[in-house]
Amino acid sequence: MSGPSDSQIEQFKATFFEECAELLGDLEQRLSVLEGGNQDIEDLHAIFRAIHSIKAGGGTFGYVRMVTFTHSFETMLDHLRDGALEITPEVVDILFRASDIVADLIDVAQQGGTPDDDFGDEVLAQIDQILASMAKAEGAAEGAAAGSEEAADEEAERIGSVALFQIDFKPHPSLLRNANEPLLLIRELRTLGELTVQLDASQVPSLHALETEDLHFTWRLMLRGACREADVREVFEFVDDDCDLTVERLEPKGDRDAEAGTGSSRSEDKTPADKAADKAAAPAEQAAAKSKSTGGEAAGKERRTSSIRVDLEKVDKLVNTVGELVITQAMLTQQLEALAADKRARIASGLEELSTHTRELQENVMAIRMQPVKSVFSRMPRLVRDLAGKLGKRIKLITRGEETELDKTVIEELADPLTHMIRNSIDHGLEGPEEREEAEKPVEGTIVLSAEHRGGRIVIEIADDGRGVNRDRVLEKAIDQGLVAADAKLSPEEIDNLIFAPGFSTAAEVTDVSGRGVGMDVVRRNITNLGGKITVQSTPGQGTKVILTLPLTLAVLDGMVITVGDQKYVVPLGNILESFRPKPEDVQTLVNGGQVVKMRGEFMRLVGLARIFDVPNATHDPSKGLVVMVESDSGSSFGLVVDELLGQQQVVIKSLEANYDPIEGISAATILGNGQVCLILDLDGLEAMDKLAPRDLLEAATLAREPAPAPAPTPAGEPDPAALDDGAAPEQEEPQGEPAGLDDPSSLEQPS
Amino acid sequence: MPKKVLAVDDSKTMRDMVAFTLTDAGFEVLSAEDGQHALSVLGDTKVDLVITDVNMPNMNGIELTKALRSNPVHKATPILILTTESGDGLKAEGKAAGATGWIVKPFVPEKLLQVVNKVCP
Repeated sequence: MSGPSDSQIEQFKATFFEECAELLGDLEQRLSVLEGGNQDIEDLHAIFRAIHSIKAGGGTFGYVRMVTFTHSFETMLDHLRDGALEITPEVVDILFRASDIVADLIDVAQQGGTPDDDFGDEVLAQIDQILASMAKAEGAAEGAAAGSEEAADEEAERIGSVALFQIDFKPHPSLLRNANEPLLLIRELRTLGELTVQLDASQVPSLHALETEDLHFTWRLMLRGACREADVREVFEFVDDDCDLTVERLEPKGDRDAEAGTGSSRSEDKTPADKAADKAAAPAEQAAAKSKSTGGEAAGKERRTSSIRVDLEKVDKLVNTVGELVITQAMLTQQLEALAADKRARIASGLEELSTHTRELQENVMAIRMQPVKSVFSRMPRLVRDLAGKLGKRIKLITRGEETELDKTVIEELADPLTHMIRNSIDHGLEGPEEREEAEKPVEGTIVLSAEHRGGRIVIEIADDGRGVNRDRVLEKAIDQGLVAADAKLSPEEIDNLIFAPGFSTAAEVTDVSGRGVGMDVVRRNITNLGGKITVQSTPGQGTKVILTLPLTLAVLDGMVITVGDQKYVVPLGNILESFRPKPEDVQTLVNGGQVVKMRGEFMRLVGLARIFDVPNATHDPSKGLVVMVESDSGSSFGLVVDELLGQQQVVIKSLEANYDPIEGISAATILGNGQVCLILDLDGLEAMDKLAPRDLLEAATLAREPAPAPAPTPAGEPDPAALDDGAAPEQEEPQGEPAGLDDPSSLEQPS
Repeated sequence: MPKKVLAVDDSKTMRDMVAFTLTDAGFEVLSAEDGQHALSVLGDTKVDLVITDVNMPNMNGIELTKALRSNPVHKATPILILTTESGDGLKAEGKAAGATGWIVKPFVPEKLLQVVNKVCP
């Protein structure tokens, strides 16, 4: 029998650590449930099982500290399960701390390190204390066990010297019922030394009284070998309760006695039963040996599991290949156009089918990567609990839409930003109990963490009912830190979004919890890297809501291909509201060069792609081209001026990140059916570019007039008029036709 | 014919370890994630040995043992339960349910084989 090789051990370890990660995640969640007061015994069982599995695995790989620690942890859980120990907040706290230690131990093990022998001793002491307070009687029992161990040790010292044992083995009739097999026991004894077997079959009842499942034999066995009594008894370990067993050591003190004894037993003829045992044992051994040589290939074939673990890289490859397949398929479809009509029809139907299958294949492949956001949401209750405790705040976390599915990569990347934002909410957003009471708010603060699908993207919101962003301080700090000019005029929304500026931190003093300077800018970068957007909406005194919008997947996009001049672009389909060709009289040009279009009595801002990207030969006049109304991820809507709509198409996203710095207004690229590379538009980026482009003009115009009054705070949930700032000012230069439309920002912003 | 063993454990690490060790020793190893799964994997197919963890969701090892013992097909199949050194109570419980023996976790491959050889004819 060869043991597993090193690489196999490594693989087992990898499986183990993967499993540990899952178990810990589950553990965390269930602990949170326990803490919430929903004491379901099933949760306790699951927690126990998790720790138990970790312990078993840890033992297998020789992680000593992990085993000793989980052992105590497990004991405590066991008492919780059987109700001997009550679930008090104190106990739950220890459970949390203990699971932290376990997580740390796993971490250390995974990195190939060895933890200190006393790692986690503090928690261990707490566990021991709780256990000790439960039962003193157990202590006594342990003492006794230790005593017998000592005796065993003593005996072990004598190992090596050959001893003779007389073993009287009288099985109870029921011994066979548990599938124990006396012949196997005898065979095993034989491995310990020289054995003579004497069978007593006198108790076998007459045939008519014979119960076939009962055993009526007894044996006397003489064993001479270099072994301990314990070794002999171990052979009968499993049948201890099903037999009367006496093992007598005929100490070879007087060698003569022993030899005489041996001699006599040796001289005994083998009984028929003994011979039968020999016979029975021999083929079994042969069979075992045989199966060793042949069994290898056949084994494992029939393993049945309901799920498999696959390296993410393999899935990625699959996703990529399918992506290429989609492109190829699109190319084929396109080339079909060039064929004569009669030939086309035949191929077209086949191609259509291919297209359906490709699409299905793609969806299925994408589904492999999808996971509920639960896996990251479930880490948050713990965070909230810990931080709230540390800061002396009372905070309730409500999570919604945990089942919403999202690409695994996105989910993984989401953990850090979410953690950070929740920290921020707890540390900066939510007030302490006194302050809340003064503000006539419930003493307990609330954070709502929710996820939902919205138009092909996923929207995650972190909303708290705290004090909101302190705009004065944010602005002050931003000016202090040179992030904005001292005389800058910023809308409330713009001020709020300053919290995402690099290096920005408002915490008056650096706390343990957050405010170390790396902050929301990192969060924003993380989210942007995922193709997502982050915005903040805040109402002073009432709370802050951070909104993340993320793509469902990083691999494909349903898009609309448009042309501007001789360029093609892709607009994410989910962002398109409608498209139309405006009448010339509905289009107005603002003093800063920007354009607006009147749509159902309201003026909507237009973004000229040709102007922004400086595309030659393009239509600048919307009334000669088309206006595509889009809603950006941050919620504002505007019209894109384009030449033509080419059609809807699913495109495979090719990231530009690896080779290019971020390009404003462009989120990624794709390859069209004809092989042409085509850029995917980033609507928020475009909006910002459009705002920025005429800004200098606008500011010049504003400065020439009286300085605008400080922006009034807007209620949360309602879009900010910031987007309108540049439109509102020059509006005074406009014909006095539609002042209402432009003055009321909400009417402009939310066509939904 | 290689001897067939069914390994039942909710921990994949354990299943893999058992499967590997026994496969290497010439057994054919089936595996299941819990008691219920084990019963559905087995059906009325006779195996030479069942090794089962005790603590599992859905149906634990003790219940599985009882279920197997009450099925004429599996009545005489050796069943080993996986316990820990602290599991004396479990051993007794397992025996009472019909288990043939037990393996104390954690185990090294040699020990596993030793115990298997002890009960698997």
